[in-house]
Amino acid sequence: MSNTRQAEASSRWRAPVIFLIIVALFVLEGTTRNALFSGSWNSALAILNMGLISAVMALGVNMQWGYAGLFNAGVVGFLALGALGPVLVSTPPVQGAWAAGGMRVIVALVVGLGTLALATQVWKRVAAPISFFVMPLVLLVGFVLYRYLFDPAVMAIEANNAASAGNIGGLGLPVLLAWPVGAALAAAAAWGIGKVALGLRSDYLAIATLGIGEIIVAVLRNEEWLARGVKNMSGIPRPVPYELDLQSDPDFVAKAAHWGVDIATASGIWVKLMYAGLFGLVLLALILLAELALKSPWGRMMRAIRDNETAASAMGKNIKGRHLQIFVIGSAVIGLAGAMMVTLDGLLSPGSFNPLRYTFLVWVMVIVGGSGNNWGSVLGAVLIWFLWIKAEVWGPELMSLLTAPLPDGALRTHLLESAPHMRFVAMGLVLLLVLRFAPRGLVPEK
Amino acid sequence: MSQPYLSATAMRGGYGKADILNGCTLTVDQGQIAVIVGPNGAGKSTAMKAVFGMLNLREGAVTLGGEDITRLTPQERVHKGMGFVPQTHNIFPTMTVEENLEMGAYIRGDDYRETMEQVYHLFPAVADKRRQNAGELSGGQRQQVAVGRALMTKPRLLMLDEPTAGVSPIVMDELFDRIIEVARTGISILMVEQNARQALEIADIGYVLVQGANRYTDSGKALMADPEVRRTFLGG
Amino acid sequence: MDFLNAIVALLNFVVIPAAAYGAQLALGALGVTLIYGILRFSNFAHGDTMAFGTALVIIVTWGLQALGISLGPLPTALLALPIGIALCSAFVLGTDRVVYRFYRKKKSEPIILVMASVGVMFVMNGVTRLLIGVDEIRFDDGARFLIAVQDFKTWTGLNEGLALRVSQVITFVVTALACWALFRFLNRSRAGKAMRAYADNEDLALLSGIDPERVVRLTWIIATALAVTAGTLYGLDKSFKAFNYFQILLPIFAAAIVGGLGNPLGAVAGGFIVAFSEVAVTYPWKKVAAYLGFQSDGLLQLLSTEYKFAVSFVILIIVLLFRPTGLFRGKAY
Repeated sequence: MSNTRQAEASSRWRAPVIFLIIVALFVLEGTTRNALFSGSWNSALAILNMGLISAVMALGVNMQWGYAGLFNAGVVGFLALGALGPVLVSTPPVQGAWAAGGMRVIVALVVGLGTLALATQVWKRVAAPISFFVMPLVLLVGFVLYRYLFDPAVMAIEANNAASAGNIGGLGLPVLLAWPVGAALAAAAAWGIGKVALGLRSDYLAIATLGIGEIIVAVLRNEEWLARGVKNMSGIPRPVPYELDLQSDPDFVAKAAHWGVDIATASGIWVKLMYAGLFGLVLLALILLAELALKSPWGRMMRAIRDNETAASAMGKNIKGRHLQIFVIGSAVIGLAGAMMVTLDGLLSPGSFNPLRYTFLVWVMVIVGGSGNNWGSVLGAVLIWFLWIKAEVWGPELMSLLTAPLPDGALRTHLLESAPHMRFVAMGLVLLLVLRFAPRGLVPEK
Repeated sequence: MSQPYLSATAMRGGYGKADILNGCTLTVDQGQIAVIVGPNGAGKSTAMKAVFGMLNLREGAVTLGGEDITRLTPQERVHKGMGFVPQTHNIFPTMTVEENLEMGAYIRGDDYRETMEQVYHLFPAVADKRRQNAGELSGGQRQQVAVGRALMTKPRLLMLDEPTAGVSPIVMDELFDRIIEVARTGISILMVEQNARQALEIADIGYVLVQGANRYTDSGKALMADPEVRRTFLGG
Repeated sequence: MDFLNAIVALLNFVVIPAAAYGAQLALGALGVTLIYGILRFSNFAHGDTMAFGTALVIIVTWGLQALGISLGPLPTALLALPIGIALCSAFVLGTDRVVYRFYRKKKSEPIILVMASVGVMFVMNGVTRLLIGVDEIRFDDGARFLIAVQDFKTWTGLNEGLALRVSQVITFVVTALACWALFRFLNRSRAGKAMRAYADNEDLALLSGIDPERVVRLTWIIATALAVTAGTLYGLDKSFKAFNYFQILLPIFAAAIVGGLGNPLGAVAGGFIVAFSEVAVTYPWKKVAAYLGFQSDGLLQLLSTEYKFAVSFVILIIVLLFRPTGLFRGKAY
């Protein structure tokens, strides 16, 4: 018994200790200039901002995995859908795009979704032998009609000012309004996939989400009418001032001079600090909500289901329904992170949505941080993100140290060139080691 | 008379901290049919698993043919001449009947074809289906395959955990007939049974267990005749 | 004549490429399904095992080429394949020893093993990048075509040409041999039957004296051999790019699930079902339709090739909705 109490006592200090370690790392990055750290606050804050967004992603994944034991292998897809939110809501409208085919595209999408809904109803309502013929017929007719409406509309939109636009354009609304929209888009996709894959073996959900993730990314890459595809969508508006505007603002110039920092650095740091404040607020609000939910009867039920599905099901709990809820909510949080990410970048570049980076790295964050513990996931996310970014620098440094005795030649060059890839090995090892030796993570669930 | 072929004496043990077996003793002679009966939760299956080494004993000893096997693993006991037929999941469903028997003979290095013919001779119904997947057979035939699989190692002691659970009365009679036939070849049988009456009818020796300890031990016929046993355990 | 042209076009653009792709998927899905049947988890590292093994094969191929060894008209990679399989198997057995065995002994939930396989996937992905980089690599030497388009046109006098690449023929032959050997092994040999018995009923297999660790080792070796073969054939047929091997994981899983996870015959069938659907749905049917007398303005392409993974996904969803155990009744419990 004394053992457990000891463990509890030590775990109470774990979160603050890890928090201090993270703070120390960021301070070092901001102040010290050597082989390991850049000594630039701009760099430190840039890592911090993306770290905060990663923390939101990790929160979403932690809800699904930590609360309900659901393995979502399509994080990148829900993130990408969330990223679509700001593009559709807050980028300026494209002249002539809606006239060219906007309504037709919407009608086509409605026809497409209607076909699926109708096919489902046919399958449910029509008796067995007839439905075998009717349902495929419905799907076929619906598909032909959809393509008949969709293709010319898309051609028209993409032909509209193809060089600089060619997309449907946004509504020109404030970008913060787009964040919930991004979350809602991800939630809708999660509802669809959850309906199908929940209630089956746990790895089926993993495989199905792996698929939906790849498809969503493929849609963003190829549907140029939607967000310009691989041509990238830039100029997503910001909720904070632009550096250039600050630099021409006499008040700010005066303040920078007062602090004794040159104006370029000062404006960069100021903007990043504002972002950090904004993201921090969102993160804190999410943690607060998540903790409240976890302590509510609903949260207790979720954990009861996770810990013993059979018993919970025997008590009459609707497990599939609860799982669907948590899956949708978690995906919405991931979508929100996606919207935040494109807002920070000011750019949507679907070419960069890589599942290793945006699905499996987030998983490493959650497992390392402590699945089931919101604070753990958040700390894990910021820590792993910091290490991930810095490992790209540290890998080659380490390699050049290791290969220093080697003569200059093809082998040494190859090793040095491929050293940045070492971080994949490192992350895999971190995941495996934590899973094996500290399966409850750095900050275990209470 | 010499020592019985199987002798498990004063067994104590369980899965967790609480003991399920409280000084249970079971002995079977060469070619004898021994049946364990008793109310639910009496530790019947546990006693058999203890004999087979699937449960660690705190006290007591198991000897087979005079050799102490208390510390051996189930696999090692199979080598020593024990055969075990679990109550459920006792066949390889997607493998053919013949392959099931082959897997039964997996630990044998010698030619097992003769044993296989003997098994087919004993169970003609499954012999006809030797190329069919065992999972596609009827419940009774599956049990025959399961018994046949255990016989492939040429055991001297065959243990059956509720072999007639979930089969129809006709199939049950058929199965008991086969078990008598197996015993006639000199193989000792130790069997746990829910259908106490029918099982005691064919039993040379019957054990009535209550709360992990022997309550009555006698020949099957004598137990059937005992009014106390009849009233308490056989439903009048 | 037009009818013949239509058939040739169909063969050239749909049947032959889909059959080759299907064979590669089948080999990959066999590995996934064997691991699922014996070790009872979906191995997310399978795609990266294919990539890592193929990278080893490529490096050995380069070595052999540097030594001046070649197979004449056949690609040198075939000679390097056994070495690549041996090296990759050693690595995979190492991962089993240091990663999976622990969870197996502890009887962890399958999803924990899946998570561990994600860790292994990262490591293998990184090692592959370290070894060979992320760029596209072509490593097919020897003859390119068994039948070239021009030759076919001259021989037959048809408008449509038919090409049969050496890599495709090798894919068919090697896949047929591998499947034949595998099914013979599983159905005839003692070790193969022990593997099936273990997959069927673990406890009874233990009772029967089957050594579980031996079965597990054998499973990893066979699955790795199939994965490296599939990866090498895929690389010869198209090209080697590590990321493509990660992406092929989805069609491979789809194939294994369509056939019924844990069912080897199903995995082979599933591979071809997924491949033919994928090619048929993404092929522009305009040309074939024109030969058959239907002129069309559009391409008659159901889905653009960028969405080929959507086909695997839709098949996967249909199977999960209507028959989660797969067409051939796997073990989805």
